[in-house]
Amino acid sequence: MSEKTIVADIDRSRYDFRFEEDESNYLGSGLTAEIVTELSQEKGDPEWMRDLRLHSLDIYNKTKMVEWGPSIDELDVDKIVTYIRQKSRMNTDWNDVPEDIKKTFENLGIPQAERESLAGVGAQYDSELVYHNVRKEVAQSGVVYTDLESAMHDERYGEIIKSHFMKLVPPTDHKFAALHGAVWSGGSFVYVPKGVRLEIPLQSYFRLNAKGAGQFEHTLIILEEDSYLHFIEGCSAPKYYEAGLHAGCVELYVGKNATLRYSTIENWSKNMYNLNTKRALVSQGGKIEWVSGSFGSHVSYLYPMSILNGEGARAEFTGITFAGEGQNLDTGAKMIHNAPNTSSYMNTKSISKSGGISTFRSAVVVKENAVGSKSSVSCESLMLDKISRSDTVPAMDIRTKYADIGHEAKIGRISDESVFYLMSRGMSEQDAKAMIVRGFADNVSKELPLEYAMEMNNLIGLEMHGSIG
Amino acid sequence: MSQLLSIKELKVSAEDKPLLHGVSLDIQSGSTHVLMGPNGAGKSTLGLTVMGSPEYTVTGGKIFFEGEDITDESAYERAKRGIFLSFQNPVEIPGITLSEFLRNSLEQISGKHMKLWDFKKKLKAAMEILNMDSSYADRDLNVGFSGGEKKKSEILQLLMLEPKLAILDETDSGLDVDAVKTVSQGINEYKSRTGGSLLIITHNTKILEALNVDRTHILAAGKITAQGGAELVDDVITNGFDRYISGE
Repeated sequence: MSEKTIVADIDRSRYDFRFEEDESNYLGSGLTAEIVTELSQEKGDPEWMRDLRLHSLDIYNKTKMVEWGPSIDELDVDKIVTYIRQKSRMNTDWNDVPEDIKKTFENLGIPQAERESLAGVGAQYDSELVYHNVRKEVAQSGVVYTDLESAMHDERYGEIIKSHFMKLVPPTDHKFAALHGAVWSGGSFVYVPKGVRLEIPLQSYFRLNAKGAGQFEHTLIILEEDSYLHFIEGCSAPKYYEAGLHAGCVELYVGKNATLRYSTIENWSKNMYNLNTKRALVSQGGKIEWVSGSFGSHVSYLYPMSILNGEGARAEFTGITFAGEGQNLDTGAKMIHNAPNTSSYMNTKSISKSGGISTFRSAVVVKENAVGSKSSVSCESLMLDKISRSDTVPAMDIRTKYADIGHEAKIGRISDESVFYLMSRGMSEQDAKAMIVRGFADNVSKELPLEYAMEMNNLIGLEMHGSIG
Repeated sequence: MSQLLSIKELKVSAEDKPLLHGVSLDIQSGSTHVLMGPNGAGKSTLGLTVMGSPEYTVTGGKIFFEGEDITDESAYERAKRGIFLSFQNPVEIPGITLSEFLRNSLEQISGKHMKLWDFKKKLKAAMEILNMDSSYADRDLNVGFSGGEKKKSEILQLLMLEPKLAILDETDSGLDVDAVKTVSQGINEYKSRTGGSLLIITHNTKILEALNVDRTHILAAGKITAQGGAELVDDVITNGFDRYISGE
């Protein structure tokens, strides 16, 4: 019988192909005011943006490195290439996208997904968006889905971007937020007008192709009153010897009674540092639903924050993290209750194997004014062997006694008893373990967009109809 | 009748503690055997060892199934040969429905793909025999099942998988009178439909009422101390195990 890993490592063959980058397109590595100014000119920033970049750089230089999570000592930001010029302009016709880039995304199934199940697609390759398109009927409803750079210069959106950009995640937030402010490039701007409910999702796909580079895309989404949007974000990169850095930023504004579902599948290569910041501000009666799958990267720091700012605002976070060999994934969520009768719900699963470390870190803050609020946190971890690790670090800061708070944490290993039970019903040890893991992840994978849920099952090597014998 | 299971001088220990001290037992195809004995005699150990539980180590002797030595085989290989164990305390597997689990198991054991429609038909029929509400098929395997429901779920698996040998480890314990009746109907159905063999580990006669017991074995302190026909069951029920233990 051929030897196979119990729960196979993620098959990366889909992601690991790459095209060589012409280094003359690199805008030098390191972080100086000159480089940031050059980048700003190169991108044709408005003045306020150039100022924001330089101000952020200043904060970056003054802020200490984070010291509380997984080690990032090996990450040398000065060696990271912060900006790579694109060979072509942003396109709205897939045929105009340069051949190697087109091939990359076709391998990832991006244009196909657009044809089949999406209302619009954006694709970023290294520093810049190379493609953005929305269906005609979607555009006609007033929905804007474009790259931030061109939207900034559009008189219809310039002001709204200026008044929202890095207001939710200010450069002072932490060192990598400051870095992001200084060198951000690419990403999406989405605007959904009042009352518009988009039944099919929009998707952005981020691909970091150049070696030793950083990706600093910014996603800004604004939902007006009574609107609905499902936004899907996918990330991947091929593996290089040099470490890569992803320090993106996501700012979501959910209007009164609006609902935003934000799904992410992150599958960066296993030498990436994923230091991403995501935040949502939810108005009265609004709702944010985060669905998050973290499979890749060497080190991750990822804790999407929901600020429930209006009465009755709600947040749900559903996440799954899979840490394999050499991975240290520190993930979780933060819920800030800042209005009466708000509610938050967190449900996470983490799996670690082959020495991987998976840490669940959460924070629930209920302010004094948030009377009648409810919060429930549930995290479960499963370790597949004795060399893997799993930790939970839940924090709670409750400032009112009129709140209903629940917390449940479970850490376990696959029990020999369960494996034997399934084996006594004809399953090999590998299949039995795979089935247990699949069952463990089930209520989270159900929340993922279908094609991602299927991919996840493949990723974890969980084949229900695995080979016989 | 041909020899189905043959246990020869089996010695078993768990965590270096000897539990079985040379047990021999033969089961013919199509026959029904009863294994009785006081608590802690090693009855479950024997059942689990025949199924291939890694918790127990065979320190001596052999187990043959249809003439082949299976002593070192893993549980799933034994399952594929047609050995089935109804667990005393079946584990709960969250996130996997009973129906999904059964279909997977059935395909693994038969080595054949089964059409969903055929599977559902077979499952429905089996559930009806056991008076199980069809909603159980879509519930997570054993999760939140009561003791009785778990036992029924084990017998449901027996009916679906149709093994050559079924070892029932105290399937009747903790069941009320009606549930025992339902479960023994299920066992009867298995028996009459497949002609399979049974090794029933029990303390009661209720579950045996509708079955023709061919052979009874008494296990005490890790040894077979008496063997006989169906009459031995009645004797134990009336007089207890004392004389079989002191007979050591």
